[in-house]
Amino acid sequence: MLQAFQQHRWPLVIVWVLIIAAIVAAPAVLPVFGLKLLGRFLSLSIVALGIDLIWGFTGLLSLGQGIFFALGGYAVAMYLQLNSSSEQPNGIPEFFSLYGVDQLPGFWQPFYSPWFTLIAIWLIPALLAALLGNLVFRNRIKGVYFSILTQAALLVFFNFFNGQQKLINGTNGLKTGVTKLFGEEVGSDLMQRGFFWLTALIVILAWLAVRWVVRGRFGEVLIAIRDDEPRLRFAGYNPTLFKTIVFAMAGGLAGIGGALYTVQSGIVSPQYMTVPYSIDMVIWVAVGGRGTLIGAILGALVINLVKFQFQSLWPEGWLFVLGGLFILVVTVLPEGVIGWLQAGGPRNLLTRLGVPRRIGTYPRLEIDGKEEAKS
Amino acid sequence: MTTALLEMRQISVSFDGFMALRDLNLSLQPGELRAVIGPNGAGKTTFLDVITGKLRPTAGDVLFKGRSLLNKPEHRIARLGIGRKFQSPRVFENLTVEENLALAVSHPKRPWPLLSAGLSAVERDRIAHLMGIVSLQTRAHQVAGSLSHGQKQWLEIAMLVGQSPDLLLVDEPVAGLTDEETDLTADLLKSLVGDHTVLVIDHDMEFIRRLESQVSVLHQGHVLCEGSMDQIQCDPRVIEVYLGRNEEAA
Amino acid sequence: MQLLLESLFNGVAIGSVLLVAALGLAIVFGLMGVINLAHGELIMLGAYTTYVVQLIFKLPALQPVYNAYVLVAIPLAFIVSGVVGILLERTVIRRLYGNPLETLLATWGVSLILQQFVRSVPLAYAAGLVLALVLGFSLPIVLPGQLLDRPRARLVRAGSWLVSALAGVLLAGGLASQISRIARATSRNVDVTAPKWMRGGIELSGMIFPVPRLVIIVITILAVLGITWFLNRSVWGMRIRAVTQNRSMSDCLGISTDTVDVLTFGIGSGLAGIAGVAVSLLGSVGPNVGTSYIVGCFMVVVLGGVGNLFGTVLASFAIGVLTDLIGAGRLLSIWPSMPAPLASVVDFFATTSMAQVMVFALIVVFLQFRPAGLFPQRGRMVEA
Repeated sequence: MLQAFQQHRWPLVIVWVLIIAAIVAAPAVLPVFGLKLLGRFLSLSIVALGIDLIWGFTGLLSLGQGIFFALGGYAVAMYLQLNSSSEQPNGIPEFFSLYGVDQLPGFWQPFYSPWFTLIAIWLIPALLAALLGNLVFRNRIKGVYFSILTQAALLVFFNFFNGQQKLINGTNGLKTGVTKLFGEEVGSDLMQRGFFWLTALIVILAWLAVRWVVRGRFGEVLIAIRDDEPRLRFAGYNPTLFKTIVFAMAGGLAGIGGALYTVQSGIVSPQYMTVPYSIDMVIWVAVGGRGTLIGAILGALVINLVKFQFQSLWPEGWLFVLGGLFILVVTVLPEGVIGWLQAGGPRNLLTRLGVPRRIGTYPRLEIDGKEEAKS
Repeated sequence: MTTALLEMRQISVSFDGFMALRDLNLSLQPGELRAVIGPNGAGKTTFLDVITGKLRPTAGDVLFKGRSLLNKPEHRIARLGIGRKFQSPRVFENLTVEENLALAVSHPKRPWPLLSAGLSAVERDRIAHLMGIVSLQTRAHQVAGSLSHGQKQWLEIAMLVGQSPDLLLVDEPVAGLTDEETDLTADLLKSLVGDHTVLVIDHDMEFIRRLESQVSVLHQGHVLCEGSMDQIQCDPRVIEVYLGRNEEAA
Repeated sequence: MQLLLESLFNGVAIGSVLLVAALGLAIVFGLMGVINLAHGELIMLGAYTTYVVQLIFKLPALQPVYNAYVLVAIPLAFIVSGVVGILLERTVIRRLYGNPLETLLATWGVSLILQQFVRSVPLAYAAGLVLALVLGFSLPIVLPGQLLDRPRARLVRAGSWLVSALAGVLLAGGLASQISRIARATSRNVDVTAPKWMRGGIELSGMIFPVPRLVIIVITILAVLGITWFLNRSVWGMRIRAVTQNRSMSDCLGISTDTVDVLTFGIGSGLAGIAGVAVSLLGSVGPNVGTSYIVGCFMVVVLGGVGNLFGTVLASFAIGVLTDLIGAGRLLSIWPSMPAPLASVVDFFATTSMAQVMVFALIVVFLQFRPAGLFPQRGRMVEA
């Protein structure tokens, strides 16, 4: 793996320099609206990193990451609402009075604490993912069964959050734009700029953390699970445990992404838990290149930017494009754009178009063999 | 008589009424090399499935070092010291040869230590040594999926040895190998005997003969007879169910 | 007693909708290992077919036989969804056999496209397109064989497609000019009005059974019986099962596995079309009508297992009865003197969507004991 990295060091370094330059320059260049947009998409790329971890490396296709994404968002929104509702009747968030609730539901209580909230943002989704994952994995339910069970779980959570007005404001969701943090409105330009920096920083930290997980021996076990899980058991490993941990990690990442997304979009609602949105998350990773972390980040960024642009030009057309993208990437480009680049795709394309290939030496062949298998 | 390393008592397995194993008794002494032969459908693979915990027997008990293996998950049984090589080679195709071996050799097999642990010097040496034995050094950084069938067979045997189990269960190790490779495999297995207990399942009579071991004949889910290869070949029951046909073919 | 009967009837009614919707999915998954996320959209196509058929029967010429339109809609919906399914199999899914997760994603893409398609394309033109496709596919099969053997086969093929296209255009134009309601694209939901004999209910021993529900139960029973007969008794059914059990061996025995794939997928999709007819009788039809059923169908497949169609039947009714029991808070009416804390729990789950929450939880608990569902697939093949 390390060798593969060195082999393609240059393109990667350039990509990184560009990314960091863009992050540094963005607040100065972009208007606040654009900045918020970029910050939101960066938050989504944290979710994509988690999906890449479980799907790209471990082979678990979760169609329910929206649960964890939304839970992170709800956690931060609940704190912000509580923190800014002291002037409201009963000292609880305003929406409660609409449904005639005058006492704060018990599970809101801990969210008065900023420290609890900071931990809850990632810990609650991670624990829930661990629980759900373990219930499924311990019975050796896998493949598409896992996918459709996660999808059903997503629908269940959607129903719950959507239907419980008195607990969590139901379909309206929780707004964070006019809430206050450090005495400043969350929706203000100053705060939004701060959130952008924070998001960019966390994306890089998340990338480093996931890289650390997949590059080490732990990552080898993950790939072994993807290749042949039953065989791994006979080598003395317990795949259930690894899968549970890695699913929890992805859940935690989704929670962090959801929290950052919420403060930058100004609302969290059950819409974050719809079935289509969670499947869209998978396509970000698929297009970027599963099994490549940069691919996941860039995939989330680029697809969302394109979607945003496209929807302002031709809103009805987007679903055609997205649907086509799903079909295309799966049938034609299974390793995604970055994976294709790393596997020497452009060179192969040139060869196909008649440009002769330079003949490599023997060790070169070896490296190529390694590359092919990564796809 | 020393206590047996592995003891199978009255094992029966039924699939929807079909008895894959019937009252099977078998015991292995520490350090023994044992070959198990039997015609197709005799229950050879089922029998390994029972030992390694993949399949729960309908009746009977399996004891390993005096402890029952029933109701233990596969990875626990593996950690107790039972390694298995599958009939068709099963290696992790997207990992390199070295990484495959590292998985087998690695001592911590739990997730948390593996997050931070590298390979120890001892483990590195062992991996290099194993690659030497099966002549895969030059392919250390090649992914296992790109190996030939024979190389995969050997890689899996090396992984099995690398796990350093007390009991090695080897299912058809020479299927698809050349004669020369077959001989080398036989030598490799024989060299393990003493420190390890080895159970080999195969069809290849020449290969079994080379192992110079006790042979158990499995037929319709139970052990028909046991003995040396020469004894077995003279046994009329065996000739009837199995060797008779085989020798005609030869 | 009456309460129990009413509850049971409601459960069976919900279950039979689930069953007819899940039947095709279960067959395609059980026999081909393919999870088709576009199944919901095939149901939607069936529902829209019913709508179009109903509008056609409202034309003055057909007014006298208006009441029979459902009988025409069922086979038509089967054909429409079946052909779209076959098209899907030929173009996308066949490239992905053995990669169920990739199939999942690709079929999701198809479902997005189909949804947007019915939003953006006027129904009249969609109907024309479907007619062209149906004719284009079936003409080469129907035409006498000797025509296709000759060197001019290619011409004949091109000709038949040309004829099909023409027929499609004619139909589209005709529909668009005669029925203004389907001449424009609309993403609004439409309503299928039931024929007179289907409205109201039948009163029996003090209970009212709504007729549309009864019709759906009958459709479901017929569909299950038909498909069971087909798979177990017909020659092609046997071939399909043979291919499921050992693909390469079946190939060697001269079974055209390609045809079997098409047939299996076509039938599974066609059943989705029939489900569409059933669904259209229950409520309004929109581009998203299928999505609301698809997760329920998945739960049926997970609960029922893929070993046996009976599992699908049992799972559907179990989910149906449970949903009704929980969703309508019937436990409270069965046991009115329930202790207060329990009663408030029952009350909490007594909506359709919260019942879904509870049913999912129960299914997950059930899977702890039977991970492969009620009827798991058995034998050597199961090895994963």
